Amino acid sequence: MLKILQNLDRRWIFLLMFVAVAVPLIMGTTFPETPSGEVIAVFDAVDNLPDGSNIVMALDYDPASAGELQPMASAFTRHCALKKHNIYFMTLWPQGIPMIQSSIDILNEEYPKTYKGKYGTKYVNLGFRAGNEGVIKLVVEDLKKSYSADIHGTNLDNIPLTKNLKNIQQVDLLCNVSAGYPGSQEWVLYGSSPFDIPTVVGCTGVQAPIMLPYIPDQLTGMLAAIKGAAEYEQAIINHYPQLAENPKAKEGLIRMGPQLVAHVLLIGLIALGNVIYFWERKQGTA
Amino acid sequence: MKQSTIIWTLLMVLGGLGLVSVQVFRGKGEVYVRTVPVEAKSSSKTSPEQTYHWSTYQQVPAIEKGNPGISLSFSRTLGLWVAAFCTLAIFSFLYGDNPLYKFTESVFVGVSAAYAMVVAFWTEIVTNLYAKLLPGLARISFFPDMESSTQPNWLYLIPLVLSVLLLWRLAPKGNWIARWPLAFFIGATAGIRLISYLETDFIGQLQSTIMPFIVFSADGSLLWIKSLRNTIVIVGVLSCMVYFFFSIEHEGIVKYISRLGIWFLMVTFGASFAYTVMGRIALLSGRLDFLFNNWLGI
Repeated sequence: MLKILQNLDRRWIFLLMFVAVAVPLIMGTTFPETPSGEVIAVFDAVDNLPDGSNIVMALDYDPASAGELQPMASAFTRHCALKKHNIYFMTLWPQGIPMIQSSIDILNEEYPKTYKGKYGTKYVNLGFRAGNEGVIKLVVEDLKKSYSADIHGTNLDNIPLTKNLKNIQQVDLLCNVSAGYPGSQEWVLYGSSPFDIPTVVGCTGVQAPIMLPYIPDQLTGMLAAIKGAAEYEQAIINHYPQLAENPKAKEGLIRMGPQLVAHVLLIGLIALGNVIYFWERKQGTA
Repeated sequence: MKQSTIIWTLLMVLGGLGLVSVQVFRGKGEVYVRTVPVEAKSSSKTSPEQTYHWSTYQQVPAIEKGNPGISLSFSRTLGLWVAAFCTLAIFSFLYGDNPLYKFTESVFVGVSAAYAMVVAFWTEIVTNLYAKLLPGLARISFFPDMESSTQPNWLYLIPLVLSVLLLWRLAPKGNWIARWPLAFFIGATAGIRLISYLETDFIGQLQSTIMPFIVFSADGSLLWIKSLRNTIVIVGVLSCMVYFFFSIEHEGIVKYISRLGIWFLMVTFGASFAYTVMGRIALLSGRLDFLFNNWLGI
Protein backbone atom coordinates (compact mmCIF):
# COMPACT_ATOMS: atom_id res chain seq x y z
CA MET A 1 0.00 0.00 0.00
CA LEU A 2 2.75 2.42 1.02
CA LYS A 3 4.61 1.59 -2.19
CA ILE A 4 1.56 2.54 -4.24
CA LEU A 5 1.25 5.82 -2.31
CA GLN A 6 4.96 6.46 -2.82
CA ASN A 7 4.48 6.50 -6.59
CA LEU A 8 0.97 7.95 -6.66
CA ASP A 9 0.21 10.04 -9.76
CA ARG A 10 -0.34 13.63 -8.59
CA ARG A 11 -3.45 13.82 -10.78
CA TRP A 12 -5.29 11.59 -8.29
CA ILE A 13 -4.75 14.38 -5.73
CA PHE A 14 -6.25 16.89 -8.19
CA LEU A 15 -9.25 14.62 -8.69
CA LEU A 16 -9.72 14.23 -4.92
CA MET A 17 -9.55 18.00 -4.49
CA PHE A 18 -12.09 18.47 -7.30
CA VAL A 19 -14.51 16.08 -5.59
CA ALA A 20 -13.87 17.68 -2.17
CA VAL A 21 -14.81 21.12 -3.52
CA ALA A 22 -17.51 20.11 -6.03
CA VAL A 23 -19.69 17.87 -3.85
CA PRO A 24 -20.37 20.38 -1.01
CA LEU A 25 -20.86 23.09 -3.63
CA ILE A 26 -23.53 21.07 -5.47
CA MET A 27 -25.14 19.99 -2.19
CA GLY A 28 -25.17 23.63 -1.01
CA THR A 29 -23.63 22.63 2.34
CA THR A 30 -23.16 25.57 4.71
CA PHE A 31 -21.97 25.83 8.28
CA PRO A 32 -22.85 28.42 10.92
CA GLU A 33 -20.31 31.25 11.17
CA THR A 34 -19.51 33.37 14.21
CA PRO A 35 -18.15 36.82 13.29
CA SER A 36 -14.68 37.47 14.71
CA GLY A 37 -13.53 40.72 16.36
CA GLU A 38 -12.07 42.11 13.12
CA VAL A 39 -15.28 41.36 11.21
CA ILE A 40 -17.46 42.93 13.90
CA ALA A 41 -15.23 46.03 13.71
CA VAL A 42 -15.90 46.19 9.93
CA PHE A 43 -19.64 45.69 10.45
CA ASP A 44 -19.79 48.41 13.14
CA ALA A 45 -17.77 50.84 11.00
CA VAL A 46 -20.44 50.66 8.27
CA ASP A 47 -23.47 50.20 10.50
CA ASN A 48 -22.78 52.85 13.14
CA LEU A 49 -22.68 55.63 10.54
CA PRO A 50 -25.87 57.65 10.19
CA ASP A 51 -28.05 56.67 7.19
CA GLY A 52 -26.98 58.41 3.99
CA SER A 53 -23.30 58.79 4.93
CA ASN A 54 -20.64 59.06 2.23
CA ILE A 55 -18.60 55.92 1.54
CA VAL A 56 -15.75 55.46 -0.92
CA MET A 57 -15.75 51.91 -2.29
CA ALA A 58 -12.38 51.19 -3.88
CA LEU A 59 -12.62 47.83 -5.67
CA ASP A 60 -9.03 46.98 -6.60
CA TYR A 61 -9.32 43.48 -8.02
CA ASP A 62 -9.93 41.69 -11.29
CA PRO A 63 -11.96 38.68 -12.48
CA ALA A 64 -9.06 36.36 -11.58
CA SER A 65 -9.66 37.12 -7.87
CA ALA A 66 -13.43 37.49 -8.07
CA GLY A 67 -14.00 33.99 -6.67
CA GLU A 68 -12.46 35.10 -3.39
CA LEU A 69 -13.32 38.80 -3.31
CA GLN A 70 -16.68 39.22 -5.06
CA PRO A 71 -18.62 37.94 -1.99
CA MET A 72 -16.89 40.66 0.09
CA ALA A 73 -17.59 43.43 -2.42
CA SER A 74 -21.23 42.31 -2.72
CA ALA A 75 -21.61 42.17 1.08
CA PHE A 76 -20.12 45.69 1.46
CA THR A 77 -22.49 46.95 -1.25
CA ARG A 78 -25.57 45.34 0.31
CA HIS A 79 -24.67 46.62 3.78
CA CYS A 80 -24.16 50.17 2.47
CA ALA A 81 -27.43 49.92 0.51
CA LEU A 82 -29.35 48.79 3.62
CA LYS A 83 -28.02 51.92 5.36
CA LYS A 84 -28.87 54.04 2.28
CA HIS A 85 -25.30 55.34 2.16
CA ASN A 86 -24.02 57.41 -0.76
CA ILE A 87 -21.37 55.40 -2.58
CA TYR A 88 -18.36 56.56 -4.61
CA PHE A 89 -16.98 53.66 -6.65
CA MET A 90 -13.42 53.72 -7.94
CA THR A 91 -10.64 51.30 -8.91
CA LEU A 92 -6.88 51.33 -9.39
CA TRP A 93 -7.04 48.19 -11.54
CA PRO A 94 -8.05 48.47 -15.22
CA GLN A 95 -9.94 45.18 -14.99
CA GLY A 96 -11.77 46.49 -11.90
CA ILE A 97 -14.39 48.31 -13.97
CA PRO A 98 -16.61 45.22 -14.55
CA MET A 99 -16.26 44.45 -10.83
CA ILE A 100 -17.70 47.89 -10.01
CA GLN A 101 -20.52 47.20 -12.48
CA SER A 102 -21.42 44.01 -10.56
CA SER A 103 -21.87 46.09 -7.40
CA ILE A 104 -23.90 48.73 -9.26
CA ASP A 105 -26.14 45.95 -10.62
CA ILE A 106 -26.81 44.86 -7.01
CA LEU A 107 -27.83 48.42 -6.11
CA ASN A 108 -30.19 48.72 -9.10
CA GLU A 109 -31.71 45.24 -8.94
CA GLU A 110 -32.01 44.66 -5.18
CA TYR A 111 -32.48 48.22 -3.89
CA PRO A 112 -34.32 50.03 -6.71
CA LYS A 113 -36.20 52.38 -4.36
CA THR A 114 -32.98 53.90 -3.06
CA TYR A 115 -30.66 53.65 -6.03
CA LYS A 116 -32.40 53.00 -9.37
CA GLY A 117 -32.17 56.07 -11.60
CA LYS A 118 -30.26 57.95 -8.90
CA TYR A 119 -26.82 57.94 -10.49
CA GLY A 120 -24.99 61.04 -9.36
CA THR A 121 -27.15 61.63 -6.29
CA LYS A 122 -26.87 58.28 -4.46
CA TYR A 123 -23.90 56.66 -6.18
CA VAL A 124 -21.23 57.59 -8.68
CA ASN A 125 -18.73 55.53 -10.65
CA LEU A 126 -15.36 57.28 -10.90
CA GLY A 127 -13.91 54.35 -12.83
CA PHE A 128 -10.23 53.55 -13.26
CA ARG A 129 -7.18 55.80 -12.99
CA ALA A 130 -3.66 54.68 -13.79
CA GLY A 131 -0.90 55.68 -11.38
CA ASN A 132 -1.22 53.25 -8.46
CA GLU A 133 -0.26 54.95 -5.17
CA GLY A 134 0.10 58.27 -7.03
CA VAL A 135 -3.68 58.28 -7.53
CA ILE A 136 -4.25 57.59 -3.82
CA LYS A 137 -1.96 60.48 -2.85
CA LEU A 138 -3.91 62.79 -5.15
CA VAL A 139 -7.45 61.75 -4.19
CA VAL A 140 -6.77 62.13 -0.47
CA GLU A 141 -5.59 65.69 -1.05
CA ASP A 142 -7.42 66.92 -4.17
CA LEU A 143 -9.84 64.53 -5.87
CA LYS A 144 -10.32 66.61 -9.00
CA LYS A 145 -6.60 66.75 -9.74
CA SER A 146 -6.79 63.03 -10.47
CA TYR A 147 -10.42 62.57 -11.50
CA SER A 148 -11.73 65.38 -13.67
CA ALA A 149 -14.64 63.27 -14.98
CA ASP A 150 -16.51 60.12 -14.01
CA ILE A 151 -16.47 56.91 -16.04
CA HIS A 152 -19.00 58.32 -18.52
CA GLY A 153 -16.94 61.46 -19.13
CA THR A 154 -19.26 63.70 -17.10
CA ASN A 155 -17.40 66.51 -15.39
CA LEU A 156 -17.28 65.97 -11.61
CA ASP A 157 -18.46 69.56 -11.08
CA ASN A 158 -21.73 68.60 -12.81
CA ILE A 159 -22.44 65.61 -10.55
CA PRO A 160 -24.24 66.44 -7.27
CA LEU A 161 -22.28 63.88 -5.21
CA THR A 162 -18.87 65.09 -6.34
CA LYS A 163 -19.60 68.76 -6.92
CA ASN A 164 -18.56 69.85 -3.43
CA LEU A 165 -16.23 66.96 -2.60
CA LYS A 166 -12.71 68.36 -2.39
CA ASN A 167 -10.96 65.15 -1.35
CA ILE A 168 -11.75 61.81 0.21
CA GLN A 169 -10.72 63.01 3.67
CA GLN A 170 -14.26 64.41 3.67
CA VAL A 171 -15.95 61.00 3.33
CA ASP A 172 -17.14 59.07 6.36
CA LEU A 173 -15.57 55.71 5.53
CA LEU A 174 -13.24 54.15 3.00
CA CYS A 175 -13.98 50.53 2.04
CA ASN A 176 -11.32 48.78 0.01
CA VAL A 177 -11.49 45.33 -1.54
CA SER A 178 -8.10 44.35 -2.84
CA ALA A 179 -6.33 41.49 -4.61
CA GLY A 180 -2.77 42.83 -4.33
CA TYR A 181 -0.79 45.81 -5.58
CA PRO A 182 -2.06 48.50 -5.67
CA GLY A 183 -4.58 47.76 -2.95
CA SER A 184 -5.17 47.60 0.79
CA GLN A 185 -1.59 48.22 1.90
CA GLU A 186 -1.25 51.27 -0.36
CA TRP A 187 -4.56 52.69 0.92
CA VAL A 188 -3.24 52.34 4.48
CA LEU A 189 0.22 53.73 3.61
CA TYR A 190 -0.96 56.76 1.65
CA GLY A 191 -4.55 57.24 2.80
CA SER A 192 -5.84 56.00 6.12
CA SER A 193 -2.68 56.17 8.22
CA PRO A 194 -1.27 59.64 7.36
CA PHE A 195 -4.67 61.32 7.07
CA ASP A 196 -6.63 59.34 9.71
CA ILE A 197 -9.35 58.32 7.26
CA PRO A 198 -11.55 55.59 8.82
CA THR A 199 -10.78 52.57 6.65
CA VAL A 200 -11.93 48.97 6.44
CA VAL A 201 -10.55 46.47 3.96
CA GLY A 202 -11.38 43.11 2.49
CA CYS A 203 -8.40 41.28 1.06
CA THR A 204 -7.19 37.95 -0.25
CA GLY A 205 -5.75 35.34 2.07
CA VAL A 206 -2.27 36.02 0.68
CA GLN A 207 -2.45 39.65 1.83
CA ALA A 208 -4.06 39.02 5.21
CA PRO A 209 -0.86 38.39 7.25
CA ILE A 210 0.65 41.58 5.81
CA MET A 211 -2.39 43.64 6.77
CA LEU A 212 -2.93 42.25 10.29
CA PRO A 213 -0.28 44.42 12.04
CA TYR A 214 -2.13 47.59 10.95
CA ILE A 215 -5.17 46.66 13.07
CA PRO A 216 -6.51 48.48 15.08
CA ASP A 217 -4.38 51.65 15.12
CA GLN A 218 -3.99 52.24 11.38
CA LEU A 219 -6.90 50.16 10.10
CA THR A 220 -10.35 49.86 11.65
CA GLY A 221 -11.08 46.29 10.56
CA MET A 222 -10.39 43.64 7.95
CA LEU A 223 -12.18 40.82 6.17
CA ALA A 224 -9.54 38.19 5.50
CA ALA A 225 -10.20 35.84 2.58
CA ILE A 226 -13.44 33.95 2.00
CA LYS A 227 -13.73 33.18 5.73
CA GLY A 228 -13.93 36.91 6.48
CA ALA A 229 -16.53 37.35 3.73
CA ALA A 230 -18.67 34.53 5.15
CA GLU A 231 -18.47 35.95 8.70
CA TYR A 232 -19.39 39.41 7.42
CA GLU A 233 -22.39 38.01 5.52
CA GLN A 234 -23.47 36.25 8.73
CA ALA A 235 -23.09 39.49 10.74
CA ILE A 236 -25.27 41.35 8.21
CA ILE A 237 -27.90 38.58 8.18
CA ASN A 238 -27.97 38.59 12.01
CA HIS A 239 -28.84 42.30 12.00
CA TYR A 240 -30.94 42.39 8.82
CA PRO A 241 -32.82 39.03 8.75
CA GLN A 242 -34.59 39.93 5.48
CA LEU A 243 -31.29 39.12 3.71
CA ALA A 244 -31.55 35.47 4.81
CA GLU A 245 -34.12 35.02 2.00
CA ASN A 246 -31.64 36.22 -0.65
CA PRO A 247 -29.35 33.34 -1.79
CA LYS A 248 -27.02 35.83 -3.48
CA ALA A 249 -26.30 37.36 -0.06
CA LYS A 250 -24.84 34.02 1.11
CA GLU A 251 -22.17 33.55 -1.58
CA GLY A 252 -19.37 33.51 1.00
CA LEU A 253 -21.27 31.22 3.39
CA ILE A 254 -21.95 28.73 0.56
CA ARG A 255 -18.23 28.66 -0.33
CA MET A 256 -17.22 27.81 3.23
CA GLY A 257 -18.67 24.28 2.82
CA PRO A 258 -16.07 23.34 0.16
CA GLN A 259 -13.41 25.06 2.30
CA LEU A 260 -14.05 22.76 5.24
CA VAL A 261 -13.98 19.54 3.21
CA ALA A 262 -10.93 20.65 1.19
CA HIS A 263 -9.05 21.62 4.37
CA VAL A 264 -9.80 18.24 5.96
CA LEU A 265 -8.50 16.57 2.80
CA LEU A 266 -5.37 18.72 2.85
CA ILE A 267 -4.65 17.96 6.49
CA GLY A 268 -5.11 14.26 5.73
CA LEU A 269 -2.74 14.48 2.75
CA ILE A 270 -0.09 16.34 4.78
CA ALA A 271 -0.32 13.67 7.49
CA LEU A 272 -0.11 10.91 4.87
CA GLY A 273 2.89 12.60 3.22
CA ASN A 274 4.67 12.64 6.58
CA VAL A 275 3.86 8.99 7.22
CA ILE A 276 5.39 8.09 3.82
CA TYR A 277 8.43 10.26 4.55
CA PHE A 278 9.13 8.63 7.92
CA TRP A 279 8.50 5.18 6.45
CA GLU A 280 11.03 5.91 3.67
CA ARG A 281 13.51 7.17 6.27
CA LYS A 282 13.07 3.97 8.26
CA GLN A 283 13.68 1.95 5.09
CA GLY A 284 16.75 4.08 4.35
CA THR A 285 15.44 5.27 0.96
CA ALA A 286 14.68 8.93 1.89
CA MET B 1 0.52 4.23 -23.48
CA LYS B 2 0.74 4.13 -19.66
CA GLN B 3 -2.20 2.70 -17.73
CA SER B 4 -2.71 5.94 -15.78
CA THR B 5 -2.81 7.94 -19.03
CA ILE B 6 -5.51 5.63 -20.42
CA ILE B 7 -7.57 6.01 -17.24
CA TRP B 8 -7.25 9.78 -17.26
CA THR B 9 -8.05 10.06 -20.97
CA LEU B 10 -11.17 7.94 -20.44
CA LEU B 11 -12.17 10.13 -17.46
CA MET B 12 -11.74 13.29 -19.54
CA VAL B 13 -13.73 11.92 -22.49
CA LEU B 14 -16.54 10.59 -20.28
CA GLY B 15 -16.64 13.84 -18.31
CA GLY B 16 -16.82 15.87 -21.52
CA LEU B 17 -19.61 13.69 -22.91
CA GLY B 18 -21.48 14.00 -19.62
CA LEU B 19 -21.25 17.80 -19.71
CA VAL B 20 -22.45 17.98 -23.32
CA SER B 21 -25.37 15.61 -22.63
CA VAL B 22 -26.45 17.72 -19.63
CA GLN B 23 -26.46 20.77 -21.91
CA VAL B 24 -28.34 19.04 -24.77
CA PHE B 25 -31.00 17.22 -22.75
CA ARG B 26 -31.61 19.76 -19.99
CA GLY B 27 -31.44 22.83 -22.22
CA LYS B 28 -29.16 24.76 -19.81
CA GLY B 29 -26.38 27.14 -20.73
CA GLU B 30 -28.75 29.82 -22.01
CA VAL B 31 -28.93 33.41 -20.77
CA TYR B 32 -32.22 35.27 -20.68
CA VAL B 33 -32.66 39.03 -20.41
CA ARG B 34 -35.42 41.50 -19.67
CA THR B 35 -35.66 44.62 -21.85
CA VAL B 36 -35.62 47.75 -19.69
CA PRO B 37 -36.67 50.93 -21.51
CA VAL B 38 -34.73 54.08 -20.57
CA GLU B 39 -35.87 57.65 -21.13
CA ALA B 40 -33.63 60.71 -20.73
CA LYS B 41 -34.15 64.42 -21.32
CA SER B 42 -31.43 66.79 -22.45
CA SER B 43 -30.73 69.75 -20.18
CA SER B 44 -28.92 72.10 -22.56
CA LYS B 45 -29.51 75.81 -21.94
CA THR B 46 -29.19 76.75 -25.61
CA SER B 47 -31.52 74.24 -27.32
CA PRO B 48 -35.14 73.13 -26.65
CA GLU B 49 -35.64 70.11 -24.39
CA GLN B 50 -35.24 66.82 -26.20
CA THR B 51 -36.24 63.34 -25.05
CA TYR B 52 -34.12 60.31 -25.88
CA HIS B 53 -35.22 56.66 -25.67
CA TRP B 54 -33.13 53.51 -25.63
CA SER B 55 -33.16 50.08 -24.05
CA THR B 56 -30.89 48.24 -21.67
CA TYR B 57 -30.94 44.51 -20.94
CA GLN B 58 -31.06 43.06 -17.47
CA GLN B 59 -30.08 39.42 -16.96
CA VAL B 60 -32.81 37.30 -15.34
CA PRO B 61 -32.85 33.71 -14.01
CA ALA B 62 -33.69 31.00 -16.60
CA ILE B 63 -36.85 30.20 -14.60
CA GLU B 64 -38.42 33.39 -16.00
CA LYS B 65 -38.11 32.02 -19.55
CA GLY B 66 -41.42 32.41 -21.43
CA ASN B 67 -42.62 35.39 -19.35
CA PRO B 68 -43.58 38.54 -21.32
CA GLY B 69 -40.62 40.82 -22.05
CA ILE B 70 -38.08 38.02 -21.47
CA SER B 71 -35.94 36.93 -24.42
CA LEU B 72 -32.90 34.78 -25.10
CA SER B 73 -29.70 36.82 -25.33
CA PHE B 74 -27.56 35.26 -28.04
CA SER B 75 -24.47 37.36 -27.27
CA ARG B 76 -24.57 36.63 -23.53
CA THR B 77 -25.22 32.92 -24.15
CA LEU B 78 -22.21 32.84 -26.47
CA GLY B 79 -20.17 34.64 -23.77
CA LEU B 80 -21.24 32.05 -21.19
CA TRP B 81 -20.11 29.18 -23.44
CA VAL B 82 -16.80 30.87 -24.24
CA ALA B 83 -16.18 31.45 -20.51
CA ALA B 84 -17.02 27.81 -19.72
CA PHE B 85 -14.76 26.59 -22.53
CA CYS B 86 -11.87 28.78 -21.33
CA THR B 87 -12.30 27.59 -17.73
CA LEU B 88 -12.20 23.93 -18.77
CA ALA B 89 -9.26 24.58 -21.10
CA ILE B 90 -7.25 26.13 -18.26
CA PHE B 91 -8.20 23.28 -15.91
CA SER B 92 -6.93 20.84 -18.55
CA PHE B 93 -3.38 21.84 -17.51
CA LEU B 94 -3.86 19.65 -14.43
CA TYR B 95 -3.96 16.67 -16.79
CA GLY B 96 -0.84 17.87 -18.54
CA ASP B 97 0.45 20.65 -20.79
CA ASN B 98 -1.59 20.68 -24.01
CA PRO B 99 -2.35 22.96 -27.00
CA LEU B 100 -5.80 23.87 -25.68
CA TYR B 101 -4.27 25.24 -22.48
CA LYS B 102 -1.56 27.11 -24.41
CA PHE B 103 -4.18 28.68 -26.69
CA THR B 104 -6.42 29.82 -23.80
CA GLU B 105 -3.45 31.13 -21.81
CA SER B 106 -2.31 33.19 -24.80
CA VAL B 107 -5.84 34.54 -25.36
CA PHE B 108 -6.04 35.52 -21.68
CA VAL B 109 -2.70 37.35 -21.73
CA GLY B 110 -3.51 39.12 -25.01
CA VAL B 111 -7.02 40.16 -24.01
CA SER B 112 -5.87 41.41 -20.58
CA ALA B 113 -3.07 43.51 -22.10
CA ALA B 114 -5.32 44.95 -24.81
CA TYR B 115 -8.11 45.69 -22.35
CA ALA B 116 -5.74 47.48 -19.95
CA MET B 117 -4.32 49.50 -22.85
CA VAL B 118 -7.74 50.59 -24.14
CA VAL B 119 -8.99 51.50 -20.66
CA ALA B 120 -5.81 53.48 -19.93
CA PHE B 121 -6.14 55.30 -23.28
CA TRP B 122 -9.70 56.47 -22.62
CA THR B 123 -9.27 57.24 -18.92
CA GLU B 124 -5.79 58.78 -19.02
CA ILE B 125 -4.76 59.98 -22.49
CA VAL B 126 -8.20 61.27 -23.47
CA THR B 127 -9.68 62.35 -20.11
CA ASN B 128 -6.60 63.49 -18.26
CA LEU B 129 -4.26 64.75 -20.99
CA TYR B 130 -6.17 65.64 -24.16
CA ALA B 131 -9.06 67.26 -22.26
CA LYS B 132 -6.66 69.25 -20.06
CA LEU B 133 -4.48 70.51 -22.91
CA LEU B 134 -7.15 71.04 -25.58
CA PRO B 135 -10.45 71.60 -23.74
CA GLY B 136 -12.09 73.25 -26.78
CA LEU B 137 -11.48 70.24 -29.02
CA ALA B 138 -12.31 67.83 -26.19
CA ARG B 139 -15.72 69.53 -25.73
CA ILE B 140 -16.55 69.11 -29.43
CA SER B 141 -15.30 65.53 -29.67
CA PHE B 142 -15.82 63.61 -26.41
CA PHE B 143 -17.03 65.82 -23.51
CA PRO B 144 -20.05 67.90 -24.56
CA ASP B 145 -20.86 68.88 -20.97
CA MET B 146 -17.43 70.44 -20.41
CA GLU B 147 -17.68 74.14 -19.48
CA SER B 148 -16.93 76.36 -22.51
CA SER B 149 -14.88 78.64 -20.24
CA THR B 150 -12.40 75.84 -19.39
CA GLN B 151 -8.86 77.01 -20.10
CA PRO B 152 -5.96 74.78 -21.19
CA ASN B 153 -3.74 73.65 -18.33
CA TRP B 154 -0.25 73.99 -19.78
CA LEU B 155 1.34 72.15 -16.84
CA TYR B 156 0.18 68.97 -18.53
CA LEU B 157 2.76 69.59 -21.25
CA ILE B 158 5.36 68.26 -18.79
CA PRO B 159 3.90 64.71 -18.59
CA LEU B 160 3.31 64.82 -22.36
CA VAL B 161 6.98 65.64 -23.03
CA LEU B 162 8.12 63.00 -20.50
CA SER B 163 5.91 60.40 -22.21
CA VAL B 164 7.33 61.25 -25.63
CA LEU B 165 10.89 61.02 -24.22
CA LEU B 166 10.03 57.63 -22.72
CA LEU B 167 8.82 56.36 -26.10
CA TRP B 168 12.08 57.58 -27.64
CA ARG B 169 13.52 54.27 -26.47
CA LEU B 170 11.97 52.70 -29.57
CA ALA B 171 13.82 55.11 -31.89
CA PRO B 172 16.89 53.69 -33.69
CA LYS B 173 19.06 56.62 -32.53
CA GLY B 174 19.28 58.53 -29.26
CA ASN B 175 17.37 55.99 -27.19
CA TRP B 176 19.43 57.06 -24.16
CA ILE B 177 16.99 60.01 -23.90
CA ALA B 178 14.43 57.59 -22.39
CA ARG B 179 16.67 57.37 -19.30
CA TRP B 180 15.81 60.92 -18.25
CA PRO B 181 12.04 60.46 -17.73
CA LEU B 182 12.77 57.02 -16.26
CA ALA B 183 15.16 58.60 -13.75
CA PHE B 184 12.45 61.12 -12.85
CA PHE B 185 9.85 58.38 -12.27
CA ILE B 186 12.20 56.25 -10.19
CA GLY B 187 13.31 59.22 -8.09
CA ALA B 188 9.79 60.50 -7.51
CA THR B 189 8.42 57.02 -6.67
CA ALA B 190 11.29 56.29 -4.29
CA GLY B 191 10.74 59.63 -2.52
CA ILE B 192 6.99 59.12 -2.16
CA ARG B 193 7.39 55.56 -0.90
CA LEU B 194 10.21 56.37 1.51
CA ILE B 195 8.15 58.94 3.39
CA SER B 196 5.08 56.71 3.60
CA TYR B 197 7.00 53.65 4.73
CA LEU B 198 8.85 55.66 7.37
CA GLU B 199 5.63 57.22 8.63
CA THR B 200 3.31 54.20 8.53
CA ASP B 201 5.43 51.07 8.56
CA PHE B 202 8.26 52.28 10.81
CA ILE B 203 7.02 54.97 13.21
CA GLY B 204 3.40 53.73 13.11
CA GLN B 205 4.36 50.13 13.83
CA LEU B 206 6.74 51.20 16.62
CA GLN B 207 3.88 53.12 18.22
CA SER B 208 1.60 50.10 17.88
CA THR B 209 4.14 47.89 19.65
CA ILE B 210 4.44 50.17 22.67
CA MET B 211 1.84 48.52 24.87
CA PRO B 212 1.55 47.33 28.49
CA PHE B 213 2.41 43.73 29.37
CA ILE B 214 -0.38 43.58 31.94
CA VAL B 215 -3.73 45.21 31.20
CA PHE B 216 -6.33 46.11 33.81
CA SER B 217 -9.93 47.13 33.20
CA ALA B 218 -11.46 50.35 34.56
CA ASP B 219 -12.63 48.51 37.74
CA GLY B 220 -9.12 47.19 38.40
CA SER B 221 -9.64 43.56 37.35
CA LEU B 222 -7.00 41.84 35.24
CA LEU B 223 -7.80 41.46 31.51
CA TRP B 224 -5.74 38.30 31.10
CA ILE B 225 -6.55 37.63 27.40
CA LYS B 226 -5.50 41.14 26.38
CA SER B 227 -2.44 40.89 28.64
CA LEU B 228 -1.45 37.57 27.07
CA ARG B 229 -1.95 38.97 23.55
CA ASN B 230 0.18 42.05 24.30
CA THR B 231 2.89 39.87 25.84
CA ILE B 232 2.98 37.59 22.77
CA VAL B 233 3.22 40.64 20.45
CA ILE B 234 6.09 42.23 22.41
CA VAL B 235 8.02 38.97 22.92
CA GLY B 236 7.45 38.03 19.25
CA VAL B 237 8.71 41.36 17.91
CA LEU B 238 11.78 41.41 20.15
CA SER B 239 12.78 37.77 19.55
CA CYS B 240 12.38 38.10 15.75
CA MET B 241 14.52 41.25 15.81
CA VAL B 242 17.18 39.42 17.82
CA TYR B 243 17.18 36.62 15.20
CA PHE B 244 17.95 39.18 12.45
CA PHE B 245 20.63 40.90 14.56
CA PHE B 246 23.87 39.48 13.14
CA SER B 247 26.39 41.91 14.70
CA ILE B 248 26.88 39.63 17.70
CA GLU B 249 27.34 35.87 17.78
CA HIS B 250 24.17 33.90 18.60
CA GLU B 251 25.44 32.21 21.75
CA GLY B 252 24.14 31.88 25.29
CA ILE B 253 20.92 33.78 26.01
CA VAL B 254 20.95 35.38 22.55
CA LYS B 255 20.87 31.90 20.98
CA TYR B 256 17.70 30.94 22.89
CA ILE B 257 15.98 34.26 22.13
CA SER B 258 16.80 33.97 18.43
CA ARG B 259 15.48 30.36 18.42
CA LEU B 260 12.24 31.68 19.89
CA GLY B 261 12.26 34.23 17.04
CA ILE B 262 12.54 31.36 14.54
CA TRP B 263 9.47 29.74 16.11
CA PHE B 264 7.51 32.97 15.74
CA LEU B 265 8.66 33.25 12.11
CA MET B 266 7.64 29.65 11.41
CA VAL B 267 4.17 30.25 12.86
CA THR B 268 3.88 33.37 10.66
CA PHE B 269 4.92 31.47 7.53
CA GLY B 270 2.48 28.69 8.42
CA ALA B 271 -0.34 31.20 8.79
CA SER B 272 0.60 32.77 5.44
CA PHE B 273 0.62 29.37 3.76
CA ALA B 274 -2.73 28.41 5.29
CA TYR B 275 -4.28 31.72 4.18
CA THR B 276 -2.87 31.15 0.67
CA VAL B 277 -4.35 27.64 0.54
CA MET B 278 -7.71 29.04 1.65
CA GLY B 279 -7.50 31.68 -1.08
CA ARG B 280 -6.72 29.12 -3.78
CA ILE B 281 -9.59 26.85 -2.70
CA ALA B 282 -11.91 29.87 -2.77
CA LEU B 283 -10.82 30.59 -6.36
CA LEU B 284 -11.42 26.96 -7.34
CA SER B 285 -14.86 26.95 -5.73
CA GLY B 286 -15.61 30.25 -7.53
CA ARG B 287 -14.90 28.70 -10.93
CA LEU B 288 -16.75 25.47 -10.11
CA ASP B 289 -19.69 27.55 -8.88
CA PHE B 290 -19.72 29.27 -12.27
CA LEU B 291 -19.62 25.95 -14.13
CA PHE B 292 -22.28 24.25 -12.01
CA ASN B 293 -24.69 27.14 -11.47
CA ASN B 294 -24.31 29.55 -14.39
CA TRP B 295 -23.45 27.07 -17.12
CA LEU B 296 -24.87 23.67 -16.17
CA GLY B 297 -27.67 24.98 -13.99
CA ILE B 298 -27.26 22.16 -11.45
